[in-house]
Amino acid sequence: MITLEHYLILAAVLFCIGLWGALAKRSAIMVLMSIELMLNAVNINLVAFSRFLTPDALVGQVFAIFVIVVAAAEVAVGLAIVINIYRERQTSFVDEFDWLKW
Amino acid sequence: MNQLQMDFNLLTVEILMATLGLVVLVLGLLIPKNQSRGIAYFTTIGLVAILLYSVTMQWTKAEFLNGMYLIDPFSTLFKQIFLLTAILVSVGSYQFMEKYGHNQAEYYSLMVFATLGMMVMASAGDLITLYIGLELMTISLCVLTCFRLRDAKSSEAGIKYIILGAMSSAIMLYGLSLVYGMTRTTVIAEIAAAIALDGVSPLLLLGLVFLVAGFAFKISAVPFHIWAPDIYEGAPTPVTAFLAVASKAAGFAAMMRVLLIALPDLFVHWNVMIVGLTVLTVVLANLVAIPQTNIKRLLAFSGVGQAGYLLLGIVAFTQLGVGAVLFHTLFYVFANVAAFMVVIAFYNETGSDEIRDYTGLAVRSPLLAAVLLFSMLSMAGIPPLAGFVSKFYLFTAVIDQGYVWLALISVLMSMVSVYYYLIVAKVMYIGKPADDAKPIKVSSGLQIALILCLVMIFAFGIYPAPFTDLAMNVANTFFTP
Repeated sequence: MITLEHYLILAAVLFCIGLWGALAKRSAIMVLMSIELMLNAVNINLVAFSRFLTPDALVGQVFAIFVIVVAAAEVAVGLAIVINIYRERQTSFVDEFDWLKW
Repeated sequence: MNQLQMDFNLLTVEILMATLGLVVLVLGLLIPKNQSRGIAYFTTIGLVAILLYSVTMQWTKAEFLNGMYLIDPFSTLFKQIFLLTAILVSVGSYQFMEKYGHNQAEYYSLMVFATLGMMVMASAGDLITLYIGLELMTISLCVLTCFRLRDAKSSEAGIKYIILGAMSSAIMLYGLSLVYGMTRTTVIAEIAAAIALDGVSPLLLLGLVFLVAGFAFKISAVPFHIWAPDIYEGAPTPVTAFLAVASKAAGFAAMMRVLLIALPDLFVHWNVMIVGLTVLTVVLANLVAIPQTNIKRLLAFSGVGQAGYLLLGIVAFTQLGVGAVLFHTLFYVFANVAAFMVVIAFYNETGSDEIRDYTGLAVRSPLLAAVLLFSMLSMAGIPPLAGFVSKFYLFTAVIDQGYVWLALISVLMSMVSVYYYLIVAKVMYIGKPADDAKPIKVSSGLQIALILCLVMIFAFGIYPAPFTDLAMNVANTFFTP
């Protein structure tokens, strides 16, 4: 039997993997993907809470849909900036973005 | 289901903002490229009109969609703060954007949309609404940050902003999802009721930690401030001014709503975190500001320090505290935007942001030097300028709650801040300008805006009564449902 706890633990693990990736990866693309993982962990949380605690109200699922849409917009902007930087410097590694003191 | 409350008149300000943003965007496509200056004027006039309209709603207190969207004096005052900043920044952008020539309409329209996002944040009565407003603001500002396509520094600031902004949003969202799960609602008023009923659970506290960390990112409190100086330096200067003032104010508006209204029962828990953030922010920001050589980085760290002072108002958790935050934010708009407008005017003429190039500015342009001097002294809290009054209220608010040591640290660090502000003043007034230095021309629009800011800085300090009355009355209505 899969309970709410299982989903919450899955989400927590996914969130931690995402956070680690966002902090440790060199490529800007990988960082953006890791952030997606974090957001998807949030979605699992929201949908699981909605399903198990408030089966009648769909607030959590609506919240998840909003998160998915906004995340798509965010990544679109992020990738556009990565392309722009790549044209300037032929690199997409975050540790080479050091023109401004980090 | 009970009847939904949908009185769209309450949303007039937001609807007007969205319309203005779209109209500006479409105008940019219709108007020939060489006449795009009209778009800038149109945006400013539109923003002024919306600001004047918002005054008619000053004391309206109502709910939209059963508490999901709140129109109250608190949110209206914050909306006016955002509008004021947007107006001043749009005036400051005229020359700056003309130099870059391209896509002016997109620039102004994004600025309007960012302001709209902040308004939604300030008015949000629901966590989903709050998140949408936050992202509308962050994504618009992010595009603005890397608006100078050919400038690698601007693009670098943009990628840093989007990565850190998205990461902090994700962290905050995780907190929001836990709060939602533990209270089974996303409406702020109902969250407070649910916690009062069910008590505090460990998961809720975990959610609170994530939530505070996310907000600390948005208001750039130490140790979540690392993004601020880089992005402030790389972004086009008008955008920096907008980021430094409006986005920080929006973060505070949302943070106060969530912490003070939704989670008052967790006061003992979040209070510890906020006190820690305050001490770190006030001490570190002011010390790190001293060795800065770039004026935008200096102002960035001084802005981080100001966020620390504003946090004092949240620590106090009283009407006086909220009122002091409102008053400080209101004055901070004029002081900080004035400082950034001087930086813009100087950059337009010389192309430099380094403090050493400000040598002899008092000779080259007495107006610019005077505005920069007084806005900085005001931020440092020297009487009779505005910063003194607002800091006095903030410190009183925390001392009333027994945090004498906290007020003492803040006063000490305030004195440290005088030091680095005066270094700039010394360069401007005592240094001799280079022989080939020309006087700096300031356009008449910018001159009017600068003088307005200067007048307001003095007005807030010498005769603060009307402004403090406004802030305190708004704070009075904040806690009553």
